[in-house]
Amino acid sequence: MSGARQPLPSWALNVLMPAMNVLLALFVGGLAVALIGENPIEAMRVLAYGAFGSGYGLGFTLHYATSLTFTGLAVAVAYHSGLFNIGGEGQAYVAGLGAIMMALWLDQTHWVFVLVGSIVGAMTLGALWAAIPGYLQAKRGSHIVITTIMFNFIASAFMSYMLAQVITNPGANAETRTIAETGRIPLLSEYFEFFKHSPVNIMLIFGILALIGVYILLWRTKLGFKIRTLGQNPEAARYAGISAVSIIVIAMAISGALAGMMAVNEAVSVQKRLVVGYVQGFGFIGIAVAFMGRAHPVGIVLAAILFGALYQGGVELAFVMPAVPSELVLVIQALVILFSGAMDEMFKPVLERVFGAFRSKPRTDDSTATEEA
Amino acid sequence: MGFEDIIPLLNSSVRFAVPLLLACIAGLYSERSGIVDIGLEGKMLGAAFAAAAVAALTGNVWYGMLAAIFVSCCMSMIHAIASINLRGNQVISGVALNFLALGGTVFIGHSIFKRGGTTPNLPKDVRIGPIELPFAAEIGQVPFVGPIYEQLISGHSIIVYFAFAAVPITAWVLMKTRLGLRLRAVGENPKALDTAGISVFKLRYQALIITGILCGVAGAYLSTSQGANFSENMTAGRGFIALAALIFAKWKPWNALWTCLLFGVLSAAQIRLQGVEFPLIGEVPVQFIQALPYVLTVVLLAGFIGRAIPPKAVGQPYVKER
Repeated sequence: MSGARQPLPSWALNVLMPAMNVLLALFVGGLAVALIGENPIEAMRVLAYGAFGSGYGLGFTLHYATSLTFTGLAVAVAYHSGLFNIGGEGQAYVAGLGAIMMALWLDQTHWVFVLVGSIVGAMTLGALWAAIPGYLQAKRGSHIVITTIMFNFIASAFMSYMLAQVITNPGANAETRTIAETGRIPLLSEYFEFFKHSPVNIMLIFGILALIGVYILLWRTKLGFKIRTLGQNPEAARYAGISAVSIIVIAMAISGALAGMMAVNEAVSVQKRLVVGYVQGFGFIGIAVAFMGRAHPVGIVLAAILFGALYQGGVELAFVMPAVPSELVLVIQALVILFSGAMDEMFKPVLERVFGAFRSKPRTDDSTATEEA
Repeated sequence: MGFEDIIPLLNSSVRFAVPLLLACIAGLYSERSGIVDIGLEGKMLGAAFAAAAVAALTGNVWYGMLAAIFVSCCMSMIHAIASINLRGNQVISGVALNFLALGGTVFIGHSIFKRGGTTPNLPKDVRIGPIELPFAAEIGQVPFVGPIYEQLISGHSIIVYFAFAAVPITAWVLMKTRLGLRLRAVGENPKALDTAGISVFKLRYQALIITGILCGVAGAYLSTSQGANFSENMTAGRGFIALAALIFAKWKPWNALWTCLLFGVLSAAQIRLQGVEFPLIGEVPVQFIQALPYVLTVVLLAGFIGRAIPPKAVGQPYVKER
């Protein structure tokens, strides 16, 4: 083996490896396109053009990216405290109830009240729905992954009951009534012609604020320090007098509140009502966003844009190249999750050797080393 | 509700329980060996598609079954490489496999059949049909026992009998054979096995192959026996209910049988209880019964009724010391 395996510099770990994972996923996706007899390069071009080629497309991409930023940050905050919150899907769904109830209550006033009210409603219910599994983990030792999966299904049953029986709009099929004209949160296209009726809205700004907020919370506050300590070394946290129970519950509540923000971006601002199953997998894709983004806000925003672009590009792809099913996007997303989340170690040894060989060359002229390489 | 109503209810309960039971036993092998498997759902879905697609293309349902097992095992091996060799996050690997199956089945299905992801309907002789047990009609005349034999025990597909046979076999393998002892040990304390000179990797691979086979059969049951074609996301969360059942059963095969039957009865009852008024409580919302398996699992996991303690080493990649 050529010299030692060099520990990777942080840029290789945090930029190069995720990039390689994405490229590999796109490559495999391209292979799948080639296998069904279509032109993979053309498909990727359509995908990219659909996502970034027009103000309209970009507006959709940014809208999806905003939702994914929230669900991605949700996974990241929990992850830093050592918990794997797989329940973003259910938390965002239940949060939709809080958001829409506030919005429908306030929609005769002004959209600013609707905005603030629905954010509060969404964050409260999202936090509550996540804090229960957190509490059960911290106090009763039930595994958070399983509990949050179960909570996703309970949320789904609960919400379809609520939408069909309780806050339903008579005449419509399991959805709430639509928010009145006066209370509708404006789309960015009302201020910037460029976005042409695409759904990107004011929540984009809140997405950016959430990114900054999470950065400050995790790396600049006492609470964030406690969260990260608990996540990295629970034993040390205990000796330092950090209460694991309260930190776990708080971290999960923050996580759920963040996931809940998606409700305001999608249900309140764009669909203007709550429909059954509105989350549509965005909670799960948040896991991919968090892992590709290395649980850091900078990474998360890039990953969210990537995944948002895949969604929007996929729609365009189905339109332009009908022979290529838009599920291609799901496949690529799955591969990104697999490569960047579970098969992280695939490139690492190779890269470490490459870096090792690169660095040891000027120093050692060991002929055996080059031979073995 | 009379006796003659109960038999059809139990009958449909059995049909609901079978895919759960197969997936649950599949998960049991994996988790007992120390590998978390969130991807039961995806493996079943992939297998269901493979079975229906290959059966439709070849006209032979048993080729479909083989394809289902093959696809499910391939997915299981991806999980194995990620979680055993690369020591990756087992939960994420499972999540990824679920997505891969969700997208991949429709992608391939749409490309082959041009029906937006569903496969063509299989004619009766290209499905795994019911088996009449001997003397079903004759014994059926006997009061009480007769209808149970004729309608409930007889007349299911071979997969149903296979699923029920898998329970005692698994119990025997796990508790009475060398492989079973080692499987249980590798899930509790892999280091002890490694010290004894037994390969942790090999054992876990073996377990995941069994998981793959059983999920494959479960998927084939859904699309070629219970149903007659594949449709998008046709597993509809059954893999997750199976996971809940596995925890509820405390990772034990006989418990898995009772749990899956209970969840099966809940599924069957959910359809029949729609709009039925109960004394005192009135109408029970369908959604409540839908959520019941999950609620029960959460309550059990939290230790309010008994305790579910997972295998000790579950979810942790094994790092061999050098």
